[in-house]
Amino acid sequence: MNPSKTTRWLILGVVGVVFAFPIFAMIEFTFRDGLSGGHTLDHWTGLFTEDAARTYRNLFTGIGNSLLLAVVTVGIVLVVLLPTMILVHLQFPKLKRVLEFVCIIPITVPAIVLVVGLAPVYSVVVQVAGGSIWTLAFAYGITVLPYAYRAIQANLDAVDVVTLSEAGRTLSANWGRVLWHVLLPNLKRGVLAASFISVAVVLGEFTIASLLNRVNLQTALLQVGQSDPYVAIIFALLALLFAFVLLLSIGRLGRTRRTGSES
Amino acid sequence: MTLTAPTRTMTAEPGSGATVELRGVIKNYGAMQALSGIDLTMEPGEFIALLGPSGCGKTTALRALSGLETIDSGSILIDGVDVASTPTNKRDIGMVFQSYSLFPHMTVIENVEFGLRMRKVAKAARRDRATEALEMVGLGAHGARFAHQLSGGQQQRVALARALVTRPRVLLLDEPLSALDAKVRVQLREEIRRITRDLGITTVFVTHDQEEALAVADRVAVMRAGRIEQIGTPRELYATPVNPFVADFVGLTSRIPGEVVDGEVVVHGVRLPLLGEPQPDGPVIALIRPEDVALATADAEGAIAASVVASSFLGSLRRTEFLLADGSVIAVQHDVNDAPEVGDAAFLRLRKAPVAASPRP
Repeated sequence: MNPSKTTRWLILGVVGVVFAFPIFAMIEFTFRDGLSGGHTLDHWTGLFTEDAARTYRNLFTGIGNSLLLAVVTVGIVLVVLLPTMILVHLQFPKLKRVLEFVCIIPITVPAIVLVVGLAPVYSVVVQVAGGSIWTLAFAYGITVLPYAYRAIQANLDAVDVVTLSEAGRTLSANWGRVLWHVLLPNLKRGVLAASFISVAVVLGEFTIASLLNRVNLQTALLQVGQSDPYVAIIFALLALLFAFVLLLSIGRLGRTRRTGSES
Repeated sequence: MTLTAPTRTMTAEPGSGATVELRGVIKNYGAMQALSGIDLTMEPGEFIALLGPSGCGKTTALRALSGLETIDSGSILIDGVDVASTPTNKRDIGMVFQSYSLFPHMTVIENVEFGLRMRKVAKAARRDRATEALEMVGLGAHGARFAHQLSGGQQQRVALARALVTRPRVLLLDEPLSALDAKVRVQLREEIRRITRDLGITTVFVTHDQEEALAVADRVAVMRAGRIEQIGTPRELYATPVNPFVADFVGLTSRIPGEVVDGEVVVHGVRLPLLGEPQPDGPVIALIRPEDVALATADAEGAIAASVVASSFLGSLRRTEFLLADGSVIAVQHDVNDAPEVGDAAFLRLRKAPVAASPRP
């Protein structure tokens, strides 16, 4: 039996308040005028002053690093995980359980434990690929696996990719064309969801970056927060807003009617 | 929408039908042999049905022909060229699947154009040919729709148009009607037959529905356990099955105990010619067609006493099942105006038609 409309709205309202309350508190905090009890726009306008770039240089570096890491992590998901999942689904279905197990493992391993394992690996990574920030994406590629896997697998299960790919092949398409013209358009939702969730996870990641002494958005926010908590909260809010927009986009994709494509 | 929409014939290419040969094709799945040395030759333009129960290897044979399954040994020849190691996309085949296989992100016309697009046919030409193919299946006005906006029958028609638009040498149909309701099945199978005949395309049709196979195919190959038990015209299969399996699978039969005596089968005192290989004298199970049994009167020669256990109205005729004295049940097809009630006593007469028989354990 479905809950009544009132019950649904009540549940939605309670959950909404639970989530909205700290966000409103954060917003209110960013307008506080110190301990005076008044409110001011100074903390927001201060971000657009001439010396803001210098004052918050570390923060902007962190944002840039996090965005770069998000892009590289999504790249890892698209280049490594997605083809692997499609291959397993189409050619090696017996390996589905194994792949699922491997992809779910990172969610069971605390970040601190992961870092302990990654530290010696990264000493080698630094020797091979240098100490650039983007190398952190190898670790993030592991941490986003459970989320990206679930998003793509749900889409794979919802579409009869085996028959579609076979139909494509009987219509003279080679594997590359089947992937590009048939499978990816039908997996678009899962791929985008996996990408957006990966971006959200990367933007919120702190432990690994901090313990491996790298600067990303979260480590920079912590640093800025120690000197200017208002700015730290403003950027945390903006990051939240960005993640919220990403999640809304996923929901919107789910409702989007199928449309045609032209070559 | 009605499925009897006006249709027109797509332009047939000269020599569009190909000779197809399967020679000693073997396919194993681990320890299980799905195809145990299949030999089959199809003439250009021939419509062959692969018929058999689930797991007999008919779909595997079709998929081997398409290249979607590799074979372990043997050869597959299309117009004399061995394509066993040729990838599916280079075999020049068209295929319609059991499940609806239209690409959901494309419109109907884009679906039909897909094969031409993969073959790099110019946009204007492929639009013309796709439109022509859609008109051929009676869906010319549905080009802008998406698959989810079509009924199952319409989707399979689009799939047929998509498979044929590239003018393939061989058309493969993997139980394309099994997901459709009875009326649409009959309409669509007739339409498939008409189109393939018009185009002269060699067609392989996989089905487990013997009525469907007998209705549309030039020849039917009855399969069991990875082998072809018999191949022949529908009439040959029905009238002269080579063994009890074929007799039992093709058409309706009643299994009645009898005895082989001097090369004939004696059933309830009536001597009937034996089909297939001669058998030694001894007890057998005779497979008797409903049309080879008739209602009779008590004083008729060879009358067999029976009682009615079930009776079904089939439209133009009635099928009634009778319990015989030996406990076996025999089906009879008779005039609808004779409407026996369950429990009624009756007399039956066996016509002297040849019957298949298998040794009785």
